[in-house]
Amino acid sequence: MKIHQLSLFLENKPGQLTEPCRLLAQAGINIRTLTLADTEEFGILRLIVSDWEKGARLLQEAGYVVNVTEVVAVEVPDRPGGLAELLGVFEKTDINIEYMYAFTFGRGDTAVMMFRFNKSDAAIELLQSAGINVVGSAELYSHIEK
Amino acid sequence: MIENPVKTHPASAPDYMPGAQLRELQLGRLQATVSRVYDRVELYRQRMNERKARPEDLRILEDLAGFPFTVKADLRDTYPFGLFASPLEEVVRLHASSGTTGKPIVVGYTKQDVGIWTDVMLRTLLACGLGRGDIIQNAYGYGLFTGGLGAHYGAEALGATVIPISGGNTDRQIMVMKDFKVTAICCTPSYFLHLLDRAAQMGVNVPELPLRVGVFGAEPWTDSLRRHIEAASGIKAYDIYGLTEITGPGVGIECHCQAGLHIFEDHFYPEIINPDTGGPVAEGEEGELVLTTLSKQAMPMIRYRTRDISAFVPGPCACGRTLRRIRRISRRSDDMLIIRGVNVYPSQVESALLAVEGMLPHYQIILTREAGLDQMEVQVEVTPPVASDRVAALENLHDKLAHSLSQTLGLRVKVRLVAPQTLKRSEGKAQRVIDRRSL
Repeated sequence: MKIHQLSLFLENKPGQLTEPCRLLAQAGINIRTLTLADTEEFGILRLIVSDWEKGARLLQEAGYVVNVTEVVAVEVPDRPGGLAELLGVFEKTDINIEYMYAFTFGRGDTAVMMFRFNKSDAAIELLQSAGINVVGSAELYSHIEK
Repeated sequence: MIENPVKTHPASAPDYMPGAQLRELQLGRLQATVSRVYDRVELYRQRMNERKARPEDLRILEDLAGFPFTVKADLRDTYPFGLFASPLEEVVRLHASSGTTGKPIVVGYTKQDVGIWTDVMLRTLLACGLGRGDIIQNAYGYGLFTGGLGAHYGAEALGATVIPISGGNTDRQIMVMKDFKVTAICCTPSYFLHLLDRAAQMGVNVPELPLRVGVFGAEPWTDSLRRHIEAASGIKAYDIYGLTEITGPGVGIECHCQAGLHIFEDHFYPEIINPDTGGPVAEGEEGELVLTTLSKQAMPMIRYRTRDISAFVPGPCACGRTLRRIRRISRRSDDMLIIRGVNVYPSQVESALLAVEGMLPHYQIILTREAGLDQMEVQVEVTPPVASDRVAALENLHDKLAHSLSQTLGLRVKVRLVAPQTLKRSEGKAQRVIDRRSL
């Protein structure tokens, strides 16, 4: 149920984003979604790509430090209060959301958001028992292909 | 670990010579060397006359303290052949060290000098547990630099298989290391780190290769870096010492005890002095290493001030060698930086960085002056073990590094995390300090 996310360390200066994106493009790897966390000095580019293993290898060979992290894709009802309800699941638990960002597609009345939990497995269990749809990688990518 | 060739190889016999016999040998050779330079080299004769020190005044080894020092500037001032004690037709080899400013320094070797150099390098490699059957990748630069040919001759005399790959072309180095089943490598420690990083990127797992020994030198490095290298590569990392002025590599080497470097005292006479007064230090105390060659013909050196800071290691070594040991050289008296009045050595920065979990061996010190105040920035390359998808983790690392540095140096230091492979890479010696302070 977990999705592989690639993280790249980048220095915070002009032009740093172009090279990794170009490398992936040349190999025919599609970037499904990305988010950039930045500080004054450096940034962390987080990517969900169509072929994470190939993408990670490619970037590493080009000299990037690449971290592979497991994140969880969760369907969120696309209406007021949808996210708040979902987050309520984790109240009074020791599960912490390290960060989250939106995925670039939704279907009908739901959006998909990527979550980085400190305890992914426990979080998935909780979400599923609350009847919330956790999107697996196969499902996620089949959505994308459509 | 069995170090079988060491105790049995005849070339290593002088390593175990009884102390009294060694002193006697040293004295005879020292007297001959001092006479030789007094007779043949203008600069030495002048200096000795000024100090009223004559070759015949040298009755015991300790008398050497009354003779004048030689410094690097003397080699520059007599460029290129002014210190030669042999006619050029007897000189079969010239080497030169890269002068950072202006002219290089030039050294010459007679056929016998090359033979002795080969012999000490052979004994060096024996001390590292190498022998016939070993496949040695010699990644020291071949050419005017002494590292390449010095290690090459020693390794061939050993009967090992030598790969004269020289420095540079890292991808090819890794391919050769893997395909030729290399068991030992000779290079600078900073270049080996670079090789390890690149190997990881290329998907080559160095600990799984037959490589088991590294002979690292030509730049100061620390024990922390050794532990890092040994843990990351699964090899045993030996510190080798040498300098062009004295012969090149092969002046001293660690044995398997890794408890100081044995000096090949039958050919090089070491002293440790107080760099400020020029006088001797108490036994075991730290000071500047001064070396005198005992058997060189073409270019003997009398009391050469190496600028390397070390100390004698007291007592005998567990390996059985009678050769005295010096502590590994982690700094030079002239690489001290003075930052806002505080003395800082690059080796302290290295230790402080390696003390933080995650180990960050690639660094560079940038000095600038802002509004009349010295600023020190340490740029550290992020490596795979510490990289993270979380900003907080990297900020935490940043703070730990800054804390460790300020604790070690007693100075507030700006830390900057930089992307891998962004710091200027040495194929040979690491450039640790960039001083942009305009004085």
